[in-house]
Amino acid sequence: MRDLHANLKTRHALGPFEPRRANLGFVTVPAERLRGLLTELRDVHGFTHLVLLTAVDWMEDGLFQLTYLMNDRAGDRTLGVRVMLNRDEAVGEDMHDLWPTAATYQRELKEMFGIDFPGSPRVDEEFILEGWTDLPPYRRDFDSLAYSQQTYAERPGRVTHDPRAHMKSKLYPEG
Amino acid sequence: MTPQPGFQWIQILYALATLFVVLNYGLLMTALVQKIAARVSGRHGIPIWQNYVDLVKNFALRSQISHGVMYYMGPIFRLSGGIGLLLFVPTIYGLPWAQNFSFAGDLILALYFVFFGTLGMALGAGESGHPHSAIGVSRGLSQTTAAELPLALAVYAIAVQYHTLNIPQIVAAQQGGIAHWTLITNPLATIAAMFAYVGTMMRAPFDVVLAPQEIPIGPPTEYHSAYMALMQTNRAIFPVAKTVVYMNLFFGGASNWLEFALKVFALYLIPAIIGVVHPRFRVEQSIRFFLKWGLPVGVLAILVV
Amino acid sequence: MKDIDERFQKNRDRTVPLREELRPRTVTTPDGQEILIEPLKDYFCEAAPKVHPKAYFQIVENFYNWARANSLWILGFGTGCGAIEMRPLMTPRFDAYRYGVQWRPTPRQANLLIISGYLSVKTLKRAIRAYEQMQGPKYVIGLGSCTINGGMYWDSYNTIKRLDAYLPVDLYIAGCMPRPEALLAGFMELKKLIRAGKAEGANKYAENFATYKAAQKSVIKDWDMPDYNW
Repeated sequence: MRDLHANLKTRHALGPFEPRRANLGFVTVPAERLRGLLTELRDVHGFTHLVLLTAVDWMEDGLFQLTYLMNDRAGDRTLGVRVMLNRDEAVGEDMHDLWPTAATYQRELKEMFGIDFPGSPRVDEEFILEGWTDLPPYRRDFDSLAYSQQTYAERPGRVTHDPRAHMKSKLYPEG
Repeated sequence: MTPQPGFQWIQILYALATLFVVLNYGLLMTALVQKIAARVSGRHGIPIWQNYVDLVKNFALRSQISHGVMYYMGPIFRLSGGIGLLLFVPTIYGLPWAQNFSFAGDLILALYFVFFGTLGMALGAGESGHPHSAIGVSRGLSQTTAAELPLALAVYAIAVQYHTLNIPQIVAAQQGGIAHWTLITNPLATIAAMFAYVGTMMRAPFDVVLAPQEIPIGPPTEYHSAYMALMQTNRAIFPVAKTVVYMNLFFGGASNWLEFALKVFALYLIPAIIGVVHPRFRVEQSIRFFLKWGLPVGVLAILVV
Repeated sequence: MKDIDERFQKNRDRTVPLREELRPRTVTTPDGQEILIEPLKDYFCEAAPKVHPKAYFQIVENFYNWARANSLWILGFGTGCGAIEMRPLMTPRFDAYRYGVQWRPTPRQANLLIISGYLSVKTLKRAIRAYEQMQGPKYVIGLGSCTINGGMYWDSYNTIKRLDAYLPVDLYIAGCMPRPEALLAGFMELKKLIRAGKAEGANKYAENFATYKAAQKSVIKDWDMPDYNW
């Protein structure tokens, strides 16, 4: 994996390599270099399988992080490629021509995070939610608790215990 | 209207009495067979009186909706198919009040009534407008048609054999011991007819039309409340009536109610037992099965006679 | 437990446009006529549900109730995780058929709708349709904590928290998830309710139809069906 990173580093302006296990590592790449890197990984280095495409909301930094997790079946190694996007106008690059499955992930990201992928098939259609009118619900500035309290009828009388204190008082009442 | 020669008004009462007996017998027997099927899978199954409770429940439902005239007529046609089949076939040989309205050509009429309910159902279910109904009916019609072919051939065969289309005469010819039954005298026709019997009893492996797990329940998808109750009534009467026809044609008929009950039950157990141990055929598979195995036997039966 | 973060205000203004195939439109027929098609009006009947009186004689009603109690036909519609608990009831171990409980594949023939666990807004829409297509008297069982007060999905953005605000519930079975035995016990309880004539959910729904509809529409933004679609 380190060899691979050293090989690709200068050509694709990769960030530092972050190993997790012997066969799992992550690397960050600038958005404009993403397509070149993914294509080379897929066609030359055997990372033929897109395991998943997901996003992380770094609200404080004003960034969305896309993670393309790719797997090399023959070599039994997995590489996560990270891309940072501007959170205010989040537009990712459409990758469905490399992996058709990417279109589904991109549709989900559009709905759940509001990250647009121009050119991706059916990206504007509803994916899971029906008739969603609010902020995309996986964004961290969407307050799930407040939303559910403002939206759904509640039954009074629900209490929440701190598990630690509650179990302590149950199991050791004397203290 | 002048009554037919030999017609007496009391016959109507007698026929209703027969209907009553058969209805109760059918309700109990189908429940019993369901219990047997449940025992095969290690369960206890429904209580024996469950059919009655379901019937009352369905009649007692407060709301019902209609999809049009044919939607009303569907269950009625279905029920009249069952009742008609029963009424034009003598139930018990030699018992005066259970002769019903049998007449010289009743065999042909019986064949017609076997199919009548399915046709009525097709009209009614089509009107309900539910796509599942339409699909279910088209599958049901094609499967029933294929399954009835061997029966038609077998009936021709025994009509040739006995030189009559009158069911009482056919039964009369079979009296005097098991050796006189069509089962022995014309085994090929019997086998061909049994193909049709197993195929039209709506049990596995030929129950894809009505099976709840398939295209949800097929033709009766939209039927509920009292419509459903009518169809349940028919589901109790029709198998018994059909079994009576088979019993008369191939198994020597019955000369008293006990013999009737035992023979019908034994015959009904054939598809039931086949059903519990077989997976389900798809429609095109079962059609192919009938054309491949049922039809040649039927043709052979005619040729041999 | 109201601790709303007032800084977060949900977007109340945006509405969801009706799906294109459901909008009214004019169509030119093959013989040149212009006709107006309103899919929601043409394909469904919109008559509101009626309150159905009981049978006139109490003894008849009692007999009917006995039959209803002993012939519970469940709609085989699993909304959440609890659908797994319904399946074992058909198996030799629990064998709910002994108690006159049977499964029907179509809402028309079913009397009992089991909301088995959490109900997302998307599924709620289907559950309402299924419930309204059932014929009265009909019963609803809420299975599991999620139907009672939200359970572990109490802060979810997409699941309702209190089923009886949207559908008339006759009986709740608590637990997460309740075991099949609990479900059987629930059936027995429901039978007692029905025999006592207390399970009148369908009439309650008809009486408070406007309230129920308002609650349903407040969470289902893309209401793309008629108000009552039996």
